[in-house]
Amino acid sequence: MSIQLHNIAKHFGRTQALEPIDLDIQDGELVGLLGPSGSGKTTLLRIIAGLESADTAPTAGRILFGERDVTHVHVRDRRIGFVFQHYALFRHMSVFDNVAFGLTVMPRRERPSKGEIRARVLRLLEMVQLAHLADRLPAQLSGGQQQRVSLARALAVEPDVLLLDEPFGALDAKVRQELRRWLRRLHEELGFTSVFVTHDQEEALELSDRVVVMSNGRIEQIDTPEALYRAPKNRFVFEFLGEVNHLEGRVQDGMLRCGDAQLNVNLPDGDEELLLRPHEVRLAPSFESGVHLPVTVTAISLVGAEVRVELEADWLAAPWLATVRHADFERLKIHRGQRLYAHPRQWHRFKDETARPRQAPAS
Amino acid sequence: MRSLTFRRSGSTRVLPGFGLSMGISVTFVSLVLLLPITGLFGQLSTLSLAQYWAIISEGRVVASYLVTLGAAAVAALVNAVFGLLLAWVLVRYEFPGKRLLDALMDLPFALPTAVAGITLATLYAGNGWMGELLAPLGIQVAYTWVGIALAMAFTSIPFVVRTVQPVLEDLPSEIDEAAMSLGATDAVAFRRVIMPHLWPALVTGTGLAFVRSLGEFGAIIFIAGNMPYETEITALMIFVRLQEYDYAGASAIASIVLFTSLALLLAINVWQGRFVRRLHGGST
Repeated sequence: MSIQLHNIAKHFGRTQALEPIDLDIQDGELVGLLGPSGSGKTTLLRIIAGLESADTAPTAGRILFGERDVTHVHVRDRRIGFVFQHYALFRHMSVFDNVAFGLTVMPRRERPSKGEIRARVLRLLEMVQLAHLADRLPAQLSGGQQQRVSLARALAVEPDVLLLDEPFGALDAKVRQELRRWLRRLHEELGFTSVFVTHDQEEALELSDRVVVMSNGRIEQIDTPEALYRAPKNRFVFEFLGEVNHLEGRVQDGMLRCGDAQLNVNLPDGDEELLLRPHEVRLAPSFESGVHLPVTVTAISLVGAEVRVELEADWLAAPWLATVRHADFERLKIHRGQRLYAHPRQWHRFKDETARPRQAPAS
Repeated sequence: MRSLTFRRSGSTRVLPGFGLSMGISVTFVSLVLLLPITGLFGQLSTLSLAQYWAIISEGRVVASYLVTLGAAAVAALVNAVFGLLLAWVLVRYEFPGKRLLDALMDLPFALPTAVAGITLATLYAGNGWMGELLAPLGIQVAYTWVGIALAMAFTSIPFVVRTVQPVLEDLPSEIDEAAMSLGATDAVAFRRVIMPHLWPALVTGTGLAFVRSLGEFGAIIFIAGNMPYETEITALMIFVRLQEYDYAGASAIASIVLFTSLALLLAINVWQGRFVRRLHGGST
């Protein structure tokens, strides 16, 4: 079922948690809300769920599930499934009873028969690969298993939309990776509309059909993971989606200077800040005309497909990070304390329109 | 061999001060708890079994058991309901004066029970503020078992509130949210999700309140009226024996109160331990 938000805003007391937001989510889409903590992503999710109510003044927003206006519908009647970061399982109930809960609390007229509930719960437990643990108590399961129970519990009532609040945030890296893949597969199989919150850009990019990047209570960009990564709309999105090296300096006659560093750029005169991804930094033992960026190697991490090299220089405010292929690493015989020259393959530049100040809270 | 391993395990203890703190604790417990109980048993040993039975099964004493147990049961049940409500209000809602109400909960602990008893007796006597209001309705509180229950309820309510409150504070609001998102009504969520978590604490608190009420003396004595066979409590029977210098008789009755209380406390502890283990998955 599609989800439409019109003009949804939220204040907590006098602080504005969400600026008025419009958002359309298609039927069957898996959408990630991505942002740092305090960006309003969880608030937005809770408003969609009905666990929080949006502001009604100055203008009231609207939430539609398909054609159904659910703005004033209580959470229990919205037909949502909600998965919490810390599982929120009922600790005194067995895994089976947890999953069956939503079915057993239905009004008597709609409630399936005991046998049917049993069959449905077992089918769900089969799906989350936990059928053999049906009689266990939540405390006897690992975190990943608990989160799968919580997912099965949410899916048991066949919700119109599935909402997940940092579903993998409390799990360790390996389990997180596994559950992510598994959720993706489940979503492809069942085709439910789903919104999840995360502060992990990798998770958002890997899992989502579309990503909503948020900061300071507003939406910065809504796009597919690819478009987001290739064409970030502003500096915040660019910086949030990966590691970034900064180069600040003053441009004069097409040459950016900063201490003894120089870079040929085709920009008008004035202060500039350039951004580079770690893989856009090439290292070489010599400099060329127009590119003179001397750096010193301070740390090396060999783990992974590429070698991560940390670089420092007195013209740099913060150390740079460069990723180097293992072959290049060996060819250059990179070692700590070595002097090298950085060569940007490419750089990015965002005009200051994104640094607009936050709106003062309405009083 | 054995002493060697013992010493080695002792020397590997990281936390210092075990010997000293344990020694002081044991001495303290012996002086404050065990010594008086030993004295009690010493007094009891002067009685033959038949004498003991005669004292504890005397009609007036048996009547006092019933009054005490009945009133304590009513007081405990009333406290279970209102104590839970108070704890709920104190944990779940924000309101002006919350801190004050929270502090007031401890008043029955802090107030000398005799003061409470006199205050209650004055309030609920036929010419007191409350007594005057209730008299036209035909309700008499002072000098009846209702008064006894009232005094018991007053002195023991903190037990319920203070045991339920921390458990309720630990219960994340996500639990009710999860129940509601699954379609549960407030009543169902409370009964099936919240209550099972509070249950052990509530039973413990109520049990403690009940045990406390069994031994209460000061607060009750002024409001009870102390009519033989009707509003005499067991603690008063002990007091009467003491005033007659019948220490053995007093000890006999006291031993009944002691055993009942101990048995109850033990039962509560065992039961609660089982429940907590179940909840936290200790039995994997």
